[in-house]
Amino acid sequence: MSTGLKALRGSAAIAGVATFGCGEKPGFTDMELLARSAHAAVADAGLTMRDIDGLCTASASAAMWALPVVEYLGLNPRYIDGTMLGGSSFIAHLLPAMHAIRSGQCSAVLICYGSAQRSAAFGRREIVAARRFLDPQPYEHPYEPMLPVSAYALAASRHMHEFGTTREQLADVAVAARAWAGLNPEAFMREPLTREEVLGARMVSDPLSVRDCCLVTDGAGACVLVSAERARDLPKKPVYVLGNATAVWNRQISSMADLTVTAASQSGREAFAMAGLAPKDIDVVQLYDAFTINTLLFLEDLGFCPKGEAGRFVADGAIAPGGKLPVNTNGGGLSCVHPGMYGIFALIEAVRQLRGECGERQVKNAHIAIAHGNGGMLSSQASAILGTAETL
Amino acid sequence: MQTTSDGVTGVQAFHQGELDAGRLLVQRCGECSRHVYYPRETCPHCGSTALEWTAPSGLGSVHAVTTVRRKPADGGDLNVSLVDLDEGVRLMSRVDNLAPEAVRIGQRVKARVQVKDGRGLVLFDAIDGAAA
Repeated sequence: MSTGLKALRGSAAIAGVATFGCGEKPGFTDMELLARSAHAAVADAGLTMRDIDGLCTASASAAMWALPVVEYLGLNPRYIDGTMLGGSSFIAHLLPAMHAIRSGQCSAVLICYGSAQRSAAFGRREIVAARRFLDPQPYEHPYEPMLPVSAYALAASRHMHEFGTTREQLADVAVAARAWAGLNPEAFMREPLTREEVLGARMVSDPLSVRDCCLVTDGAGACVLVSAERARDLPKKPVYVLGNATAVWNRQISSMADLTVTAASQSGREAFAMAGLAPKDIDVVQLYDAFTINTLLFLEDLGFCPKGEAGRFVADGAIAPGGKLPVNTNGGGLSCVHPGMYGIFALIEAVRQLRGECGERQVKNAHIAIAHGNGGMLSSQASAILGTAETL
Repeated sequence: MQTTSDGVTGVQAFHQGELDAGRLLVQRCGECSRHVYYPRETCPHCGSTALEWTAPSGLGSVHAVTTVRRKPADGGDLNVSLVDLDEGVRLMSRVDNLAPEAVRIGQRVKARVQVKDGRGLVLFDAIDGAAA
């Protein structure tokens, strides 16, 4: 990390957040969901859409997605980031936006996402078929892996082989996420889930059952980023960005050098370095849990436990409500919301925890949070360390 | 055997043409000596363009494994493996002569090119008695 990045620590803050349509929201398009969450996030920041002069957005289907978003919302941004790294994109958008704010290029950046993945008539099967032409992977597709789940299943098989990680330990991740979801009125699946139910669920791509896999939901989320100075004059308690870093090591799972070590080990290290903090300083953890193996890999790669130990780390409810480390307090992609790309929801939950807005699931004395995004097939990783005013 | 493509096509078309003729070739970098798979125009290790085609031994080991669960109407359960060739490259493929759930990490395997409807595909067979 260049030492110059430390100068950006805490220079910008998230002043507004909102979600809309999480779970099932038939009758809405991607854009309509996005617009509702964007409007609500801008209002939450005490601003109007006319104050927004920066835009970060991405879509899994539209390559030029920023264009229709600009048009639909009536924006005239001086700063635009449409970088598409998969589900980590919105967490990866933070640092470039901080540069843009610091330089004076823009003053209020809207980060937004919306997807009607669950309700849309143009479903996942059609999207997968279209991607084979638009985004070919000629060295994997002929073997008919069920992507993305088979890629994560391959990583899980290797983690189990090398470290003795068990399906029971993977199941404990899903059980903990569901327990948190039970405390979150916004979560899509809230009824209690047992280890036995995860293990007994329909297998999708061994060793992952359907309960090891994220939900398929609708949903939209948006954040507003402004300078730290401006955030202090806005109505909501500012949540400062203390560190942010992104790393990409591969695209295909077959190109991953070590299936048990992700680029989160780099993005996490660099984000912590920028923040001047360490894993022991973190009060609340939001990880991109598209599959149960993700949570284990990221707990290790971000430094919450040694490599190979995460299976044992999560046993006995350690990451569930009342456990030693609160992880995915909204219920995560496994039980709360997962409309194609989850990253912005990890970010929003971290902000809500640091604001103290989380009701029953609120973590007491939460001052520092990490929100970690993943994209592709364990391909892109983005880590953000967030803090309250006390941590500046 | 060592061969070089003539540069008339990109490496993907050349490689597929060889597969369609029943031959598996991988690249080896003339600068850093590392093998490269899948085929590329430049070496991902050192950036060199001095990539040469070489026939691998075809021997390797299963590095990671999954069984894709499918309905019988969709073709039934399917093995998908990541295989490490002894030359030091990894590829996605399928172990074809075992039941999907019988494929284990560490299983020694040998490559075979299946040509179906004129299209070549790299598959692997488990080597008898050499299971991990």
